[in-house]
Amino acid sequence: MSKEPVAVVGIGQTAHVAARRDVSLAGLVREAARRALDDAALDWRDIDAVVIGKAPDFFEGVMMPELFLADALGAVGKPLLRVHTAGSVGGSTALVAAKLVAARVHRTVLTLAFEKQSESNAMWGLSLPIPFQQPLLAGAGGFFAPHVRAYLRRSKAPDHIGSLVAYKDRRNALKNPYAHLHEVDLTLEKVRSSPMLWDPIRYSETCPSSDGACAMVLTDTAGAARSPHPPAWLHGGAMRSEPTLFAGKDFVSPRAGRDCAADVYRQSGITDPRREIDAVEMYVPFSWYEPMWLENLGFAAEGEGWRLTESGATALDGDLPVNPSGGVLSTNPIGASGMLRFAEAALQVRGRAGEHQIDGARRALGHAYGGGAQFFSMWLVGADRPE
Amino acid sequence: MPEVTPEPTAPPAAPEDVLTAPLVVEFPFTRSLGPVRGAFLTGLRERTVLGIRATDGRVVVPPTEYDPETGEELSTLVEVAPTGTVTTWAWNPTPRRGQPLATPFAWVLVRLDGADTALLHALDAPGPDAVRTGMRVRVRWAADRTGAITDLACFVPDDAPAPETAEPAPHHGAFDDPVTGITVPARLDYTYAPGRAQTRYLRALGDRRTLGERCPVCRKVYVPPRGACPTCGVATAEQVEVGPRGTVTTFCIVNIKARNLDIEVPYVYAHIALDGAGLPLHARIGGIPYDQVRMGLRVEPVWRDGSRYPDHYRPTGEPDADYDSYKELI
Ligand SMILES: [Zn+2]
Repeated sequence: MSKEPVAVVGIGQTAHVAARRDVSLAGLVREAARRALDDAALDWRDIDAVVIGKAPDFFEGVMMPELFLADALGAVGKPLLRVHTAGSVGGSTALVAAKLVAARVHRTVLTLAFEKQSESNAMWGLSLPIPFQQPLLAGAGGFFAPHVRAYLRRSKAPDHIGSLVAYKDRRNALKNPYAHLHEVDLTLEKVRSSPMLWDPIRYSETCPSSDGACAMVLTDTAGAARSPHPPAWLHGGAMRSEPTLFAGKDFVSPRAGRDCAADVYRQSGITDPRREIDAVEMYVPFSWYEPMWLENLGFAAEGEGWRLTESGATALDGDLPVNPSGGVLSTNPIGASGMLRFAEAALQVRGRAGEHQIDGARRALGHAYGGGAQFFSMWLVGADRPE
Repeated sequence: MPEVTPEPTAPPAAPEDVLTAPLVVEFPFTRSLGPVRGAFLTGLRERTVLGIRATDGRVVVPPTEYDPETGEELSTLVEVAPTGTVTTWAWNPTPRRGQPLATPFAWVLVRLDGADTALLHALDAPGPDAVRTGMRVRVRWAADRTGAITDLACFVPDDAPAPETAEPAPHHGAFDDPVTGITVPARLDYTYAPGRAQTRYLRALGDRRTLGERCPVCRKVYVPPRGACPTCGVATAEQVEVGPRGTVTTFCIVNIKARNLDIEVPYVYAHIALDGAGLPLHARIGGIPYDQVRMGLRVEPVWRDGSRYPDHYRPTGEPDADYDSYKELI
């Protein structure tokens, strides 16, 4: 028996900000969930199961959020699952929810991811003082910056590419009312002259720390037929993992990322991603990861990703727009960041992305990764129901 | 029946030759309360216990933002009495750090007069013989109240008869200077054991030697060793001394001071592949201006007395390594 086609019929998110002191964690997730239900013109009783995700427990000190969010998410008397794959979790969570529909376990599933980063300190959560180990010497960006330098060496990319990405994404965010950063006065020159924090990464090339949540309603063919707005159809979805450290690990272009993308393209019948995909939302926590992931995801040959960025192809009006929402560089509630990528891909093919809509987007890729390039999750969604 | 373990048990003893150390994870998390829980905790500060009217008319205490059954958003606050009835209990003979009372007490579920659900708290009683389901109790308020569940210090036995009726009074939930957030200190006590392979590695560091372990399948040398090759999934046993010299394979220049780290910025944080190692370790580079560090730089450790790890690595003066020799070790 073939799989049930999966449709995204509802998408909701909070307006992401540095600190949502006016709501509890329950209130925050409720806001996103309610908006997703409204978008789908459904109510709590229409939901058969709830699948949630968030970043590592130490980030907020809430060890089992699934235990106390059941009422806020209308999950009483229904299955409520929690997914946990570090920064990629928003993507993995959506894929787990999608599989429940594809396998005909449930007909309509609410999936949601969140983070209230203001209530903790992610840096602390990631650098516990483990006995006998050398303390981390470099802070958050210090983990990523050496990999960026390795990319620069390998690709011979010119120094200014990282600033181009940051400027582009922050400009895109001005068109997205939900984005955290709205830097109206930002100029390319300001990005280029912002302080070098972890050379080669500048201040304006790093992601913010946000409070926010994102929710989606996934349903089957019959559910899609009742949707008041066009659905986004799942064409392919995959996850891959690899250890954070092993001999031969390629941090610039991790094999798990390449394999994950290849699996998604195979499922979706994509043979030339550059030509066949109309928009990409990828997890770019530091601007240089755009050219790195363009190569890892097969949009450019090795060492050539920066040329796509430099040519303007990845701009909102380019032929391969990347991060039309403004991306992680403009909004980063860590646990929700992956789902926001997936949701933006779906908004694009539904034609519901508002001011940052890519005209005629028919197929879009959502990408998430996390945990020291350890977890990857991706989905490809389309305006057309898969064959 | 599960075995009852009243006291925290000691962790299973590690083999004598394996290192262990305490690991305390502690952080003051903050919580934004939202309108309902904010009103509840502010109420406690004012010696007022609030509940909320659920969709079916029941009064839920402590109040929840959403209906426990239907998930509807709730907003009708009511005030219940500071007296109530114990619905069930368990005796706690050995209170631990952070619990409501320092002397033995009963954990109780108390249905306050006017409420339909029970609240979990502590009952100050002389012994388990003084506690029974159905007994009447009343709130003992803390002397200093800040808007926290601990404002309700505990319950104590109450001799007064139960009221005939207990209709909760409507409450607006509005207070001067409302509490909008609380700080929740969390603490976990672990005993950390790095395992046999890391113990061997750490002991060798004491002699200023770096010992890796070779995978019997792929022949890569893991530093620090973790006892198994993550790629092949087999145990490593063969010890291999690597270094002491190595090559800077990539790096960044850190320009912002990290918390709790006493290093002057800017400094170079580098990946260093020690000679013979299959992957790089991370360390600081010194003995050279930060802007002259480069990929391929040959370095050696600089040790300081009393420190387990090299303080930093400095240039050896050898010619730089060829990119192809370390490009797989980044
Ligand atoms: Zn191996």
